[in-house]
Amino acid sequence: MTHLIAARSQMAMSLAFHILFACVGIAMPLLMIVAEWRYRRTRDEVYLLLARRWAIGAAIMFAVGAVSGTVLSFELGLLWPHFMGWAGAIIGMPFSLEGFAFFTEAIFLGIYMYGWDRVSPRAHLGAGAMVALSGVVSGIFIVIANAWMNTPVGFRLVGGNPVDIDPLATLTNPAALHETVHMTIAAYAATGFVVAGIHAAMWLRDRANLFHRRALAIAFAVGAVAAILQPLSGDASARAVARLQPIKIAAFEGLFVTGPHAPLAIGGIPDVGARRLRYAIELPSMLSIMTYHNPDAVMRGLDSFPENDWPSPLIAVHLAFQIMVGAGFAMAALALWGAWLAWWRRNLFGSVWFMRALALAAPLGLIAVEAGWVVTEVGRQPWIIYGVMRTAQAVTPMPGLYITFPIFSLLYLFLGVTVAFLMWRQVMASPTSAELAALAATEER
Amino acid sequence: MMPFALWFVAGVLIVALTIYVLTGGADYGGGVWDLCAAGPRAQAQRDLIAHAIGPVWEADHVWLILVVVILFDGFPPAFARIMTAMHVPITLMLIGVVLRGSAFSFRSYGLGQDRARREWGRVFSIASLITPILLGIIIGAIASGRIPANPHVLRDFVTPWLTPFCFGVGVFTLAIFAYLAATYATVEAGAVGDPALADDFRRRAIGAALAVGVIAGVVLTLSIHGAPLIWNGLTHRGWTWPIFWLTTIFALAALWALWTRRFALARICAAGQVALILWGWALAQFPYLLEPDLTIFNAAAPVRTLDILALALAAGALLLLPSYRYLLIVFKRDRRAAVAVATPPPRD
Repeated sequence: MTHLIAARSQMAMSLAFHILFACVGIAMPLLMIVAEWRYRRTRDEVYLLLARRWAIGAAIMFAVGAVSGTVLSFELGLLWPHFMGWAGAIIGMPFSLEGFAFFTEAIFLGIYMYGWDRVSPRAHLGAGAMVALSGVVSGIFIVIANAWMNTPVGFRLVGGNPVDIDPLATLTNPAALHETVHMTIAAYAATGFVVAGIHAAMWLRDRANLFHRRALAIAFAVGAVAAILQPLSGDASARAVARLQPIKIAAFEGLFVTGPHAPLAIGGIPDVGARRLRYAIELPSMLSIMTYHNPDAVMRGLDSFPENDWPSPLIAVHLAFQIMVGAGFAMAALALWGAWLAWWRRNLFGSVWFMRALALAAPLGLIAVEAGWVVTEVGRQPWIIYGVMRTAQAVTPMPGLYITFPIFSLLYLFLGVTVAFLMWRQVMASPTSAELAALAATEER
Repeated sequence: MMPFALWFVAGVLIVALTIYVLTGGADYGGGVWDLCAAGPRAQAQRDLIAHAIGPVWEADHVWLILVVVILFDGFPPAFARIMTAMHVPITLMLIGVVLRGSAFSFRSYGLGQDRARREWGRVFSIASLITPILLGIIIGAIASGRIPANPHVLRDFVTPWLTPFCFGVGVFTLAIFAYLAATYATVEAGAVGDPALADDFRRRAIGAALAVGVIAGVVLTLSIHGAPLIWNGLTHRGWTWPIFWLTTIFALAALWALWTRRFALARICAAGQVALILWGWALAQFPYLLEPDLTIFNAAAPVRTLDILALALAAGALLLLPSYRYLLIVFKRDRRAAVAVATPPPRD
């Protein structure tokens, strides 16, 4: 394992771990305050129980997200000191704003978790809303910083160094809008589906259970709206990437040859040696049509770029793109199925097959999020700042990263297994219908 | 002429670090007392600490992130150099940060049997013991002026911090965190109306205060060779003696207040003492961020970056300080009812 590959692997692994917790941390507070709000409106104790249970899940996810995020803020410097020394003055802006958003989130999460009996109901719900809001804002700032690495602006290059730095310009870099929209929707879709999927699996075992019905309805509503919007956002993102970073779209599609009538590839394995995509289903002209709304539009293939600028490994980018899009469409289809059941059949729970599909689809959103990050991050290689600084130039001179990479991997594996176990136990401890009936009986007395 | 924004950003950097030590540091110290809980009230000691830390530790922790962000936005070359040369201790510290935070939240929300929660408690408290030492070692290395500009040889990644002075600062940091935690805990115990528990922490606070004094003497002696810049700064500058005497007065006042059970006063004096120690270090090192060549002037980001960072910090403070104050008021003003915990009601 070369030094650079070790550094890239450690960064990739840390991000892949953190992003799961970040997504749940962004979207879970919304589910939890909707449940609490329903309780305040209906006085139905099931909603209160749900809000409290979801809040505990959210708090564990938030804590692990907070500490793994701390690791990342240091790793930017530990692994890429030259990048941070060079670009810190330019992209410090979104990071410092993120710091404040994260601060707000941590403060109000403390109030939410420990304040059930210490602040008024209105203040409590307000604290939850602050958590939900600041989580989103926090994610947006981080993604803006990432977007800047793809489309760097706000400085002039003189002799290899940045001058005339305008930190505010980083906030409106060309990739910021489509990346933040896509990521934020993804967080809601992924969280909504994973929560809905879990409750669907539990509902299949205990079909009169109001706890799981209500949980599922809230989580699916959030996840479905996001999943239906996501293909639109994805389409806009792909067209923006084609304009801003044409080599990336060529890598997504495994498009080696420049020309009009570019086909849309489904699946397939790029063969870099032979300069062609093998085993793919190709829809003629569709890529030109989707990108430029014109079959005659010329798409730049990888052949129009020097090979040492190609993202590597190319196969990872191409396959991750296929996985992301495939998972996205599957979720959108499920969302439409559910919407049809809820509106036309007036009963979301009317189809056991739908519930089974939903339970199976639980991890799809998280898989899509991971794949999406491979698409955008590996797709940016070999640059750390696109077109300006190569990743190899930014890496630390510190030797022995092949030691720290497995250490952090094992640490995160251990934490991941632990969190999964705790969540599983949380789910298994959810109330049965008999217990809910007893709860309702106590209230009436 | 130095722009105002630079003063402001450098000032916020040291203030944020101070608040981190006074709040986040005490949360680590709480973990140390969790590890050292003993006597007939050992469980009560642990519970008190858990309830004191629970609602606030994540917010307290963000002060550290703020310090890091200000450093890389405002002083990028210093950040890059520290992150390069201090790779090993920072990595170790991060492992401690991760284990401490996750273990604490697993213990708080784990819904598990007592045994699993005890194990997580142990991870939490051991990580709380080790992390401050590593933080202190990093601070010690920065103060010692031995962080090389171009560490391209293996030995440069270890020699800057593998010194008696750095380890001295590490132990000193741990002692300070434990001292703050025990002193704050006397107030928390008084507020829940448990004088015996308050007395447990009073004895611990007095012991820690004496340890802080002794270790301070040792570290100061070690600094003659280990950190000549700090030693010279502390002994050859006009403002040094007022700070030194002021710190001593606060330390003695804290000790006296603990002795006579004036816990609220002791908390203020201890916090003041620790803040003064930090500022004494900062002033002794001023204007260097990293000796021998990086100062807050030549390592600073361009003026426009500093201006905007200063504005962002000011605007952020307007949002943040009222919220942070609200958090502290909700959980620190009246602790009597605070036993209502985050775990859900038992299901039956």
